[in-house]
Amino acid sequence: MLEALSSLDLTPFALSFKLAGLTTLILFILCLPYAWWLSQTSSKSKPIFEAITALPLVLPPSVLGFYILVILSHNSPIGAFFDEYFGIKLVFNFSGLVVASCFYSLPFMVQPLQNGFASINKNMLEASYIAGKSKTETILRVALPNMKPAVMTAIIVSFAHTVGEFGVVLMLGGSIPGETKVASVAIYEMVEIMDYTNAHIYSAIMLLIIFSVLLSVYIFNQKTNTIGQFR
Amino acid sequence: MIKIDIKKELFGSKKVMMLDVNLEIKQGEFLALSGVSGSGKTTLLRILAGFEDAKGIISVDDEIWLDAKTTLPAQKRAIGFVFQDYALFNNMSVLQNLLYVKRDETLASHLLSITELSELKDRHPNNLSGGQKQRVALCRAMMNKPKLLLMDEPLSALDSKMRTKLQSEILALHKEFKTTVIMVSHDPSEIYRLASRVVVLNQGLIVNEGKPKDILLKTSGSQKFSFSGELLDIKKVDVIFVAIVAIGQQLVEVVITQDEAKNLNIGDTVELSTKAFTPMIHCTKPAK
Repeated sequence: MLEALSSLDLTPFALSFKLAGLTTLILFILCLPYAWWLSQTSSKSKPIFEAITALPLVLPPSVLGFYILVILSHNSPIGAFFDEYFGIKLVFNFSGLVVASCFYSLPFMVQPLQNGFASINKNMLEASYIAGKSKTETILRVALPNMKPAVMTAIIVSFAHTVGEFGVVLMLGGSIPGETKVASVAIYEMVEIMDYTNAHIYSAIMLLIIFSVLLSVYIFNQKTNTIGQFR
Repeated sequence: MIKIDIKKELFGSKKVMMLDVNLEIKQGEFLALSGVSGSGKTTLLRILAGFEDAKGIISVDDEIWLDAKTTLPAQKRAIGFVFQDYALFNNMSVLQNLLYVKRDETLASHLLSITELSELKDRHPNNLSGGQKQRVALCRAMMNKPKLLLMDEPLSALDSKMRTKLQSEILALHKEFKTTVIMVSHDPSEIYRLASRVVVLNQGLIVNEGKPKDILLKTSGSQKFSFSGELLDIKKVDVIFVAIVAIGQQLVEVVITQDEAKNLNIGDTVELSTKAFTPMIHCTKPAK
């Protein structure tokens, strides 16, 4: 057991966290304006966008992975475009995983942010407009600071969910060591070859990390609620 | 001089209503906007602020805020807005709330001292009472030296003592800054104390307009007291009937006849009136 621990290859974990960190960062930046729009609009097309956003929640990862594979492969216009102009291949490598993860974790970023924005007193936003502040400044200086639990939830759950990603990664990335072989895929392979010792260690580490991440979110949210600072 | 001539269709709970208001307000005037709920007061305020669009013209001095071609966004209109629910920025201290509007520490500390909030400047809004919050909101609204200060029932959530105190502060601020004010209010005493003119809206139209004295003292010269109240109960005491009526915060017992008792239902809005030949008046609490 000790031997197994000391010879543990941590690359898959590093890869998982690098992937999750990048995905969360990209999603946060892209989803802020989108979630804001969803929370403020009364457009009739809103339910369509909400449904599309929620798709990755219920769609089998294999279906999602298959479509992303088709869209990003060099046979499709999008894949060809990235290949030709940026020299980036989007399948079976790390950048492909990032793109796929952004789709996969989209609802986990958008929904908490949207609910957070919707919970902000409209008059507070209007008071900021009257003060001459633009929408962007209002979002950054008034809306976001008054919905810290929602922002925390969005970021941490998106991160944890991406770390826990399996199906889409397998479809999109295969299992190239150091490139696309993230922790969840590594565990799957260990079980396949009946290497239960390492599967146990990997799984336990995964469980521990994700549990403590979630626990910290809930502790933070409870604290801010009891102080009542962000009501 | 502020010129308002606007039209907007409002979709109320019952039917479509046309808000059609034509008003001229002089620089420095304190205008009270009154009327039953749903008459379009708040919408008018929101149109002036630039939160809602409308057809027509709004011009302030020589500046066009709204006409057929242009709609100046809220950000570019020199207005202050005081909301009924304060709408303070909860993530900022009292002082930061003011400085967010404009980085003018001199003006901020001056406003805070007028409203006796200087000692609370580092507190966060959640640690303030309702009255204190509304004073902060008032100061915040004055920070960009607005040409027009809009207040939407600013004092209706406060108790009567706090209301009187804030009325004095609003009056003091108005005297000092000579800001043109439009305030939505239902409280006759408040309108009487603060406003130089009152406009009554009903179903989106101006139905009455004039000096508060003329509009509010409906029974001027007739020596009649008249109060509107809600009938809470009718009790039979031996051969007479006693009606219990709530007038504002006060409950009153009135003797009524059997016929009157028959025609009244509990929950009715009733008017109590009496000729006041020799009313007694005595001071219960000196003003100062």
